[in-house]
Amino acid sequence: MNIHEYQAKALFETFGVPVPKGVAAKAASEFDPALAQLPEGPTMVKSQIHAGGRGKGTFTDGFKGGVKFCKTKADAKEIAGRMINNTLVTLQTGPAGRKVQTVYFTVASDIKKEYYLAILLDRATSRPVIVASTEGGVEIEKVAHETPEKIFKVFVDPAYGLADFQVRQLIAGLGFSGAEAKGAAKLIRNLYTMFWETDASMVEINPLITTPTGEVLALDAKVSFDSNALYRHPEITALRDLNEEDPKEIEASKYNLSYIALDGNIACLVNGAGLAMSTMDIIKHFGGSPANFLDVGGGATKDQVVAAFKIILGDANVKGIFVNIFGGIMDCNVIATGIIEAVREVGLKLPLVVRLEGNNVNAGKATLAASGLPIVSGDTMADAARKIVQLVA
Amino acid sequence: MSILIQPETKILVQGITGDFGGRHAKLSLDYGTRVAGGVTPGKGGQFFEHKEHKVPIFNSVHDAVAATGATVSVVFVPPPFAADAILEGVDAGLDLVVAITEGIPVRDMVRVKRAIAGRKTRLIGPNCPGVVTPGSGPQSHGGCRIGIAPGYIHKKGHVGVVSRSGTLTYEAVYQLTSKNIGQSTCVGIGGDPVNGTSHLDVIRMFNDDPDTHGIILIGEIGGNAEVEAARWIKANVTKPVAGFIAGATAPAGRRMGHAGAIVGGAEDTAAAKIAVFRECGIEVAATPSDMADALLRAAKAKGVTLT
Repeated sequence: MNIHEYQAKALFETFGVPVPKGVAAKAASEFDPALAQLPEGPTMVKSQIHAGGRGKGTFTDGFKGGVKFCKTKADAKEIAGRMINNTLVTLQTGPAGRKVQTVYFTVASDIKKEYYLAILLDRATSRPVIVASTEGGVEIEKVAHETPEKIFKVFVDPAYGLADFQVRQLIAGLGFSGAEAKGAAKLIRNLYTMFWETDASMVEINPLITTPTGEVLALDAKVSFDSNALYRHPEITALRDLNEEDPKEIEASKYNLSYIALDGNIACLVNGAGLAMSTMDIIKHFGGSPANFLDVGGGATKDQVVAAFKIILGDANVKGIFVNIFGGIMDCNVIATGIIEAVREVGLKLPLVVRLEGNNVNAGKATLAASGLPIVSGDTMADAARKIVQLVA
Repeated sequence: MSILIQPETKILVQGITGDFGGRHAKLSLDYGTRVAGGVTPGKGGQFFEHKEHKVPIFNSVHDAVAATGATVSVVFVPPPFAADAILEGVDAGLDLVVAITEGIPVRDMVRVKRAIAGRKTRLIGPNCPGVVTPGSGPQSHGGCRIGIAPGYIHKKGHVGVVSRSGTLTYEAVYQLTSKNIGQSTCVGIGGDPVNGTSHLDVIRMFNDDPDTHGIILIGEIGGNAEVEAARWIKANVTKPVAGFIAGATAPAGRRMGHAGAIVGGAEDTAAAKIAVFRECGIEVAATPSDMADALLRAAKAKGVTLT
């Protein structure tokens, strides 16, 4: 689960990770009271959406820049008025963009130097890794590719936690000394504590900055959490912003369906994540384009199948449906009955290819054939994929 | 032979009184697997009954091991308690713990993995379909079925299958069995980013198992476990190997059902992994329907008989 920058920075403050003073506003009427909490002078105005590349983004009305520097609070108020309820398109949002429903005002800090700092899981070692670089404010992938010697990593032993010597290694690598070294060491320790205590899956500060007066601050904050651990963090679950999620994905999650919208026209309904991914792949392999990833899980009950059909049909781009079920334990005949009931309930007008395999498959296929519905049966995944691609073409 | 488990292996089911654990304990009993005991704290002394079977329930894994001599357990315990259940199995000195539970917090698994490092117990999973060593009866009856895979689709034989995904494993097994090619052992290592046993760990075991003559390696996007396994295969394995990678069409940064199936960088895409497979002499299945045929091609090229 992702959260907004302003929420991440509030969390940073709770854990003692210093950030520039800032206030969020969700409507134009909140701008004055929000700005009243900041000192007069240079102010940043930052659009709050769950996507990167905000600074270089463009609003759909042509206004450029989702993150702006303003010399005065009056300017900041005006700029915020251009951003709020406007739609921001960045490299990460896709062409539809995201509606800005919150703006974040912060004191514009004087920057001496920019750094990079992140904590995430290293899959190869199954340990948290802290990644730091002297090159901040730029794309870290580019730094890693072009100047790998400027990236420092420490792997944290989960049995001991972050050790002091590791903090010293990072401080030395980043070239801090004096007051900056002290501030950075404290920041890194507190950030690690936050990462660990909150079950974060990633915490990224880009840039981390030093100021001419010797402060070390998190100028930006990107934080995501392990969805599996949210049950033990109600305070973090409360930060979820449904406006940032696809309504179809929210609806799917109510039925324990795992759904992700894509931009093709062949909808898929599959049991199992691996099979669902491969179903998308095989559609592409035969020249089609998948409209979604949809895993109904191992159970695939009638209610789930009905809900899945409704979600799929809610996507106006969909021109055909491919149901691919390997009924290992489940009776294929029960699944077939569920598909027929779902089709009758939602009133299907698009081509539907069903590939059933597994337990009691012959009865399942017979049930589909006897239904009188225009359901095309596929024998193998490849056969069924070929058929749906042809029907949609 | 086989790897990890044999038809005579005695297993425990942790969470046998839950819906999920109970349902699959019954299916394992029906398959002829020796389910020696169940573990549910607070329900020790009761029995889990199914047809002619009367499986004793214990309060702890230690008690169950002492009473039954079981060497393997399968964990169906809900996510908040699953890490604890795994550690209990390790502490009781089991040879193998197979964690089926989906949705265990990553932090819990980071701690578990550290805690069990150097212990004799092997962990498979979590979020996995389990392990099957097919038996010699009709529809592979009499084998050892640990987890949630459909037992009847298997056939006793000489192909090892390793995968992160359940349904893709069944797909591969079904294709093999339909072509009259049996399996030595099928291992689902699970779809989570932190798991107990890697593709490479299983490949090493298959390579050492004289009864495994060919291997199907099924992977997906995210991480570099498949790449690591492929490079080791290139250097060490002479048996025919076929591979498949799911997720070629998955957009970067989106989690595709499995917590581990997420493209983070240039090297964990399907295209990158497939390229490494080819470079390492692994016969790549173009689609999931091609997995058994890909292995047959690899076997033919090496003059190996799989049946």
